[in-house]
Amino acid sequence: MLDNILSILIFFPALAAIFGFAVHKDSMRAYGVSVSFIEFTLALMLWFSFDSNVSGMQFMEQLPLVPAFGINYILGVDGISLFIVILAAFFTMIGIASLSDTKDVKNMIITLLFLQMTMVGVFVALDAIVFYVFWELSLVPMLYLIGAWGGPLRIYASVKFFLYTFTGSLVMLVGMLFMAYFYFQATGVWSFAILDWYRLILPETFQLWLFAAFFFGFAIKVPMFPFHTWLPYAHGQAPTIGSVILAAILLKMGTYAFIRFSLPMFPDAAVFFMFPIAIIAIIMIVYTAMVAYAQEDVKQVVAYSSVSHMGVIILGTFALNVEGITGSIFLMIAHGVVSGALFLLVGVIYDRRHTKMMSEFGGLASVMPRFATIFGIMMMASVGLPLTINFVGEFLSLLGFYQQSHILTLLAGIAIIVGAIYMLAAYKKMFFGEVTNEKNRNLPDVNKRELIALVPLVIITVWLGIYPKPLLGPINNSVESVVQLMHDKAITEEAKARIPNLIEGIEITKTTDTEAQ
Amino acid sequence: MLEPVNVSLESLNLMTLAPMLIPIIGALLILVIDIFKSGLDKSLFVMISILFLLIDLGAIVETAGIFTENGTMMGVFDVMLIDGLAILAQLIIVVASLLFIPLALTHKHFHEFAYPEFFALFLFMLGGFQFMVATDNLILIFVGLETASLALYTLIAMHNRDKSFEAAIKYFTMGALSAGFFSFGSMVFYALTGSIEINQIAAVLGANGFADMGFVLVGVVFVLAALGFKLSLVPFHTWAPDVYEGSSASLAGFMSIVPKIAVFIVAMRMFEFLIHSGVVWLEVILYIVVVVTMTMANMWALVQTDVKRMLAYSSITHAGFVMAAILIGTTQSNSALFLYWILFSFINLGAFSMLWISRQKHLPYHQYTDHSFEKFAGMIQTSPVAATIMGVFMLSLAGIPPFALFWGKIYLISSAVTGGYTVLAFIMALNSAVGAYYYLKLVVYMFMKEPVINKDGHVFVANATTPLKTIIGFAAVGTIFAFLAVNPVLEFITALVYKSGY
Repeated sequence: MLDNILSILIFFPALAAIFGFAVHKDSMRAYGVSVSFIEFTLALMLWFSFDSNVSGMQFMEQLPLVPAFGINYILGVDGISLFIVILAAFFTMIGIASLSDTKDVKNMIITLLFLQMTMVGVFVALDAIVFYVFWELSLVPMLYLIGAWGGPLRIYASVKFFLYTFTGSLVMLVGMLFMAYFYFQATGVWSFAILDWYRLILPETFQLWLFAAFFFGFAIKVPMFPFHTWLPYAHGQAPTIGSVILAAILLKMGTYAFIRFSLPMFPDAAVFFMFPIAIIAIIMIVYTAMVAYAQEDVKQVVAYSSVSHMGVIILGTFALNVEGITGSIFLMIAHGVVSGALFLLVGVIYDRRHTKMMSEFGGLASVMPRFATIFGIMMMASVGLPLTINFVGEFLSLLGFYQQSHILTLLAGIAIIVGAIYMLAAYKKMFFGEVTNEKNRNLPDVNKRELIALVPLVIITVWLGIYPKPLLGPINNSVESVVQLMHDKAITEEAKARIPNLIEGIEITKTTDTEAQ
Repeated sequence: MLEPVNVSLESLNLMTLAPMLIPIIGALLILVIDIFKSGLDKSLFVMISILFLLIDLGAIVETAGIFTENGTMMGVFDVMLIDGLAILAQLIIVVASLLFIPLALTHKHFHEFAYPEFFALFLFMLGGFQFMVATDNLILIFVGLETASLALYTLIAMHNRDKSFEAAIKYFTMGALSAGFFSFGSMVFYALTGSIEINQIAAVLGANGFADMGFVLVGVVFVLAALGFKLSLVPFHTWAPDVYEGSSASLAGFMSIVPKIAVFIVAMRMFEFLIHSGVVWLEVILYIVVVVTMTMANMWALVQTDVKRMLAYSSITHAGFVMAAILIGTTQSNSALFLYWILFSFINLGAFSMLWISRQKHLPYHQYTDHSFEKFAGMIQTSPVAATIMGVFMLSLAGIPPFALFWGKIYLISSAVTGGYTVLAFIMALNSAVGAYYYLKLVVYMFMKEPVINKDGHVFVANATTPLKTIIGFAAVGTIFAFLAVNPVLEFITALVYKSGY
């Protein structure tokens, strides 16, 4: 079973979704929770049988799909993708478990299960086309989630989300086809396998163009600064569960793809674009933090803060050294947990009052003490308080980038302080002071179902904030091999200097070949 | 006194005629049956047509077998030319027809199917198309094209609505014009080279190094215009939306597939040698036509309020997309053309059939067109299965993986990349993104809006009978599981195209 565990992880939710059509709608929620619980257990099994000392791909699977054109169904997982897969399984489970009463709950759960298939697929695919298939397919359930269960502007928001991402990914697709063609020219065989592409050393000009093509697809997904405009709409209109999944998992596809594709395949281009991207990342951090401060809708605050944190992840990724990249991967998970939790919390209050305007609230701390506590912890995590999960990631990311540029890191550090301002301001507006609005006087505190979703998140936030090693170990292992690969592949002097050489080369292709058999 | 011509029967190689003659015999048989006993039910004629199409399919497979062993076959005074392109095109034509003809078995009674002549004309038309693809003789191409077109005009008009007559007349006028263009272009080539066989023309022009460039260009422009009318390339597309709207949905789906693949083959035979001859102007002209067709048709499709018209414009876009393959002109791109068209025919026939089963006999008072977007609002609530299937077709047309058209699309874009047309590759990719918007529009209407007009889901399957549902199910399964079939199909196509020397 473990040989095919990745395929099972991908297709089990899809299969369950198809069977789900036959389940009666009153029992659908229980069905969804059970399926996602089984999926989560499988993901945990993957973790326990994962060998943390191996830096390369594990649990590889390979099947020919269109061999005439070099497309194969190749899956594999390493330290970089492992925890995001687990996170995806975890959040689908939590999301379904905490689902409040909605119309068409059956359709929604089926959609979520399909979405889960695509999310897992993106993170374990090792063939560019298979990756692309899941990447694009993930848009469809999300489109439906936002468009069918969203707010008043839902259709505009969902179509904008879809078209924006779709356009970017088509440019990326052309880039992939070019990459395959270059591989074909170099070796005489068509191949879309990412591990094959890793071995291809391209001239710098080619790298720059291809990097740009891939960048479009990834940057829109992240979303990076000039391309971020779809996200506030999507978050603003999406139902709670949609926002949670979007922030926790879907955005990570972009940053994950940077590490999986852009860095190891185009190391020279990555160095060439390091500072422009870092500057965009810092603009992203500062600008969206300021925009977040100006919001009146608490969900928009969380949405913009989410963009802001994605900026830190990008910054860490483009530090191009082990600390930075490890930090950015850790921050992806941390941000997933924290922003997912914040969206859940916003959902809790929205269910009670059907408004997200901060001016409607005030003094909630006395009415809903448990809610205020959890919100407080999550907010502290979001601003990066030490001993919470976000701090580890942010610290490592900035530490990594500090080795590349002191000034820019300093700017980014200041921006994080701005982050503290808007978060604290939002918290103050909502929770402190007198209860001014009569409607808030008798709000019920978080109920059992919501606690089931929120308490694990709080535990994870604190646990990994204090003791991040279980995650950092495997991540670090895999990142080292990526960085070493980049160093070995780099052709320009500057790239060789910027990307550190780790004592001895780690042959990632070697381990993968044995794994494949 | 003229000498008696001595020709041995073997040298005629009459086997090459068999696939074309089978539908013609079928058509004659239908007419004969009608003479002996009139007023027979349409189901009889549908089944007879299917039987003849199956025999036809067998004959084509037979020739395919001979082709893979012996290579290109010539026959009947070297007029017939059976090569890989001819075989592939005939396969597409016959298989698409097999999917089309059972659509006549609707729940409601429509005027045209009451006449056996409908089926006879249909089979005559197929014979015409098959002749057209299996020759490189310009006269026979012309004859085949006209036979098929005249039959098609009549088929459209038989739908017996005001708009159908309008469509038929419009198509007829445009078709007549294009016939004139085609004959004029052929005349120029004949005047230049003294031959009406495309390979002879290529040989003569190549030998004198394209000395009469001006005249070649004149000929090319006329032929391109003629083919452009048939392929509905911009700016010769103006008939297409009106004709699609006027004809029945099933016939519109058929028109978007079969006539076009026949004309694509002619275009491939015609332009292949011209592009590789280094005639720069031709490349520029084709490049412009391709880009303009893709882009403009996309823009027009954005603003349509009727699903059928939207699909008409989308068919124009896809035709422009595939025309790019002819512009690129490598083995990979020519194979991509066939792969794309095979996948496209499944999806497009499926999508048009979905419109067909929701066709009402008379327009309700609040509806101006048969298939306005409003009609489909909230379909997921009233008729979930039909909505899901239609949604799959739309996503597939938009090129969302892993549905069928995606594979054709990447192979085609990849052929642009390998052929050195980098900018074209990006234009194609961006046009796919624009296209996604109008396909999504229908998805949005079906899945995200509340039902406005049709609170009752029955209207969406009003016309459905078991055969129709089977066809749609077949198309849907083909669309979803295409990724399993892509590899063998691609290998088969590439082998045939490569062996034909394209």
